[in-house]
Amino acid sequence: MNRANPTIAVVQSPEFRLFVIAALVFAFMSILSPDRFLSVQNLTSMAFQFPEFAILALAVTITMMTGGIDLSIVGIANLSAVIAAIILTTFSDPAMPVGESLVWLALAIGASLSVGVVAGLLNGSLVAFYGLPPILATLGTGLIFTGLAIALTGGSAVMGFPSSVAWLGNQQVLGIPVPLIVFVVLAVLLHFILTRTAFGIRVTMFGANPLAALYAAIDVDRMLLKVYVISGLFASTAGLIIMSRANSAKADYGSSYLLLAVLIAVLGGINPYGGRGRVIGIVFAVLAMQFLSSGLNMLQFSNFARELIWGVLLIFVMIINTKNWAGIFVPMARKPGKTS
Amino acid sequence: MTGFLGKDFWMRNETLVALVIVLFCVFAAISDPNFLSVTTLSDLSRASIVIGILAIAAMIVLISGGIDVSFTAIAVFGMYASTKLALAIWPDMPWPLIFVMSAGIGALLGSVNGVFIAFFGLPTLIVTLGTLSIFRGFLLTFIGSQRISDLPPAMRDFSRGVLARGTTEAGYFYSIPWAILALVGVVVLTWFILSKTMLGRAIFAIGGSVESARRVGINVKWTQFFVYVYVGALAGLAGAIHGSMGRMADPFSLVGTELSVIAAVVLGGARLIGGYGTITGTLLGVGLIVLVQNSLIVIGVPTTWQSVVVGLLILLGTGLPAWRAKHAASGNA
Repeated sequence: MNRANPTIAVVQSPEFRLFVIAALVFAFMSILSPDRFLSVQNLTSMAFQFPEFAILALAVTITMMTGGIDLSIVGIANLSAVIAAIILTTFSDPAMPVGESLVWLALAIGASLSVGVVAGLLNGSLVAFYGLPPILATLGTGLIFTGLAIALTGGSAVMGFPSSVAWLGNQQVLGIPVPLIVFVVLAVLLHFILTRTAFGIRVTMFGANPLAALYAAIDVDRMLLKVYVISGLFASTAGLIIMSRANSAKADYGSSYLLLAVLIAVLGGINPYGGRGRVIGIVFAVLAMQFLSSGLNMLQFSNFARELIWGVLLIFVMIINTKNWAGIFVPMARKPGKTS
Repeated sequence: MTGFLGKDFWMRNETLVALVIVLFCVFAAISDPNFLSVTTLSDLSRASIVIGILAIAAMIVLISGGIDVSFTAIAVFGMYASTKLALAIWPDMPWPLIFVMSAGIGALLGSVNGVFIAFFGLPTLIVTLGTLSIFRGFLLTFIGSQRISDLPPAMRDFSRGVLARGTTEAGYFYSIPWAILALVGVVVLTWFILSKTMLGRAIFAIGGSVESARRVGINVKWTQFFVYVYVGALAGLAGAIHGSMGRMADPFSLVGTELSVIAAVVLGGARLIGGYGTITGTLLGVGLIVLVQNSLIVIGVPTTWQSVVVGLLILLGTGLPAWRAKHAASGNA
């Protein structure tokens, strides 16, 4: 309906509103504590903090585009990190020559990304071939992945890596933190996949109307399989970054990231029923969340107040986005609110 | 119908779960003859009271076609706020009053969910995800984040009250707490609402199809609103019982268990798309989850494998019916 006027279409989109929210939060925090919030130190530390859960949010995004969800991302991230950590601590040691330790590092990264692929294949085949609801399939596999990580480590942290491992999570290239670079690359990649490839169009079509997509002769099973594999790959990348930043791997790292990632995806304007959403929305949502939590931290708010404000932000944005105001006053005029 | 079992008897989730429980008990009894005793039974029933009430609450939401992940936050909120209030204004407050207060606070918080879901028409998962952080954040920021081990005396008395206690011939102590009556009460009340009232019919109807329910004249909004208020009240009650039985009001407890409660309900056959779910199934699902959480070691599986087992059970419990349904659908097409 807004095709005639592109400017209005941009201004009315949820992504633009989110951009405004992120900018407002940034401005507000800068005014409240200009010397600390705007310091180089704070900006860099923010850039190191958010990529790990932002990448998990990207993983949720692609599954949500199909109307599904991936609750196993944190399990996949931790299992991948634990596998990489076990390879590194068993075969490599800090005294090893750099060249040799890099070979093992590459092997460890390869192994942990393969874990992501296998986990994604498992999720995808449960959803596609066995017809399990994505929430349940990934809830179950998430428990299994976490459980395997616990069983492999006995529940304790794996540590003692060669120093090269710290590069991924703690170094800067040309002043830009490596995790941020990884996030930007993955975000651009996902944006490209969703908007510029036939596969991406199929994902969106299926999310918008599964039955129509089936009748349009889309190979739904294959597509779902790919979607969950991509989600698994992103999750294990996030796991590697978490491992590198913490310099250890443990079965229960980042357990609060699951709800955070879902929250960011929804905040970013991804329709939980599928079919609608843009990667740029996720970027703004992540920035808004990170500005908010760093700023509140500086203003001496507790972590718990931060949680409260995140929740309020989520519901506030949902209310603005649905614009279902008429439904509150006119009993008959409302959309069905059903979650599957 | 073929005979009194019904023709789908062997295909039902309830039967499957019951069979798994029986198998588990047989294996457990073989590896440890002491397993089949009153002591085990009383330990397991003690462990299933709180998760049982929460599961009944989660089941009603699933039947109505929604999903609620905030009920653990509501339970902790009700428990902690009512304990703190009781200590502040009337430390000798009798326990029924504390419980009613906790359930009341729960109902109030549930009504917050209800307003956003029923009247704003927001997706249930998103709303309850948001209110989960809101309730928890509010509790820990404004009400308190210290554990209270000095509970009002009446709550401690409640936790000491037992229906029966004794010592088995082998010398093991057992006791069945009063709190089990709360679970029985919740089960009876929920059964009554779901199968004997129009309200219960309405809950099933909107779970089956919101549109059809509206067309036959069901007030969808108020039914949904009632569901979330009722769930809030049950969660508040479960929270108060949890606090009394643990003899501590810990604002960090319970939250984080919501997915395993939902897992128990789903194992019992309730469907995520709504319109279907039974109390028997839910209680069996709770039984299985509690059994796995407490007694896995008895059949020789190390405790570290616990979540792998629960995950596999969820996949099997939901995968078999889903797979059968998919086959049936492609067979008919």
